[in-house]
Amino acid sequence: METQAITDPRILIVVPCFNEEAAIATVVREINQVKLQFNLRLDILVVNDCSTDSSMAVIRGLNCLYLDLPVNLGIGGAMQAGYKYAYRNGYDIAVQMDGDGQHPANELIKILQPMVEGQGDVIIGSRFLEKAGFQSTALRRIGINYFRRLNFMLIRRAIYDSTSGFRAFNRRTLKIVNTYYPDEYPEPESIVQFGLYNLRIVEVPVTMRERQGGVSSINTGRAVYYMLKVTLGILFVYIRLFNKRVNLTN
Amino acid sequence: MASLSITIQIISLLGAAIFMIMIFRLIVQGRLREEYSIIWILCTVILIVFAIWRKGLEQISLLLGVYYPPSLIFLAAIFAIIVFLVHLSVVNSKLQNQIKDLSHEMAMMKKELSDIRAGMPILEANAAVAVHEK
Repeated sequence: METQAITDPRILIVVPCFNEEAAIATVVREINQVKLQFNLRLDILVVNDCSTDSSMAVIRGLNCLYLDLPVNLGIGGAMQAGYKYAYRNGYDIAVQMDGDGQHPANELIKILQPMVEGQGDVIIGSRFLEKAGFQSTALRRIGINYFRRLNFMLIRRAIYDSTSGFRAFNRRTLKIVNTYYPDEYPEPESIVQFGLYNLRIVEVPVTMRERQGGVSSINTGRAVYYMLKVTLGILFVYIRLFNKRVNLTN
Repeated sequence: MASLSITIQIISLLGAAIFMIMIFRLIVQGRLREEYSIIWILCTVILIVFAIWRKGLEQISLLLGVYYPPSLIFLAAIFAIIVFLVHLSVVNSKLQNQIKDLSHEMAMMKKELSDIRAGMPILEANAAVAVHEK
């Protein structure tokens, strides 16, 4: 069973979708092409986070599985729905890919490779390791640097792209995420969570694109709120899990 | 002087009575849960007690070393309000969590239902994991 899972793992690509009618079809089509090209046992699950545009109609016509959330939960809640689905349905690996086309499907294999080889429990696709492709705005990079320092202080690991949503989880990680996953801006917070659970976090270089449609959830006006909320979230996840740390390592 | 304080007394009693009736109506109409009404009924009772027992506030203030009796009311009232607001935030957070969990379950059940309608077999792994979880 275990060897079979390693050689031919069942993979679920979770694509959160909130008002991405312009980009979602391309994202799913590209993933399906990669699936055929590498002959992967792969399913795509689009999680429609109560979109107000015609995303849902588009999704129904695509070659993919989908969850239709009855209430808008935000990116964290939508992703957790996908991860819960992956865990309950016995998938070995779940990969998050954004629905706006920022994460090119042909980079998928770079994230899956180390995961299938068992190099880590969490594989994060990072923009900053080889500095290729879309590098995000200067202001955002300052924020990301700050999170790297904060993460290093708390869990002694340098994660260069802690806000990257291009990441893969194995079953060990899925089991943890199944019970708790941060709500609002989950990416940096979950890294601290995984660090305290002693999961092996591996970053691999990927190139990202600029979003292909839709609007980012983070604009300059919300940047300050974002930094505050995520910092608080990180600190409280740390405090909450630190005392349990000894039990968690098993 | 004496007549003025009686007017205030009557106004306080009337206010308290109206407030109490409002609370009861809300409960009867099902718009307020009993557990939350307890605190409001308690507040009204305190109000009534002090409306009748006029020297009470002064005596308690003297006992606590507060020179200006009304400031004791403000202190107590503001403290009670803050505690209750925090309590409401806690309740709100809990509700938010429950809504999230419910939405997850509902989305998955919607998916399962549409799978069944489409004649797709339910994954065996699905059942196996579900049993394992129990």
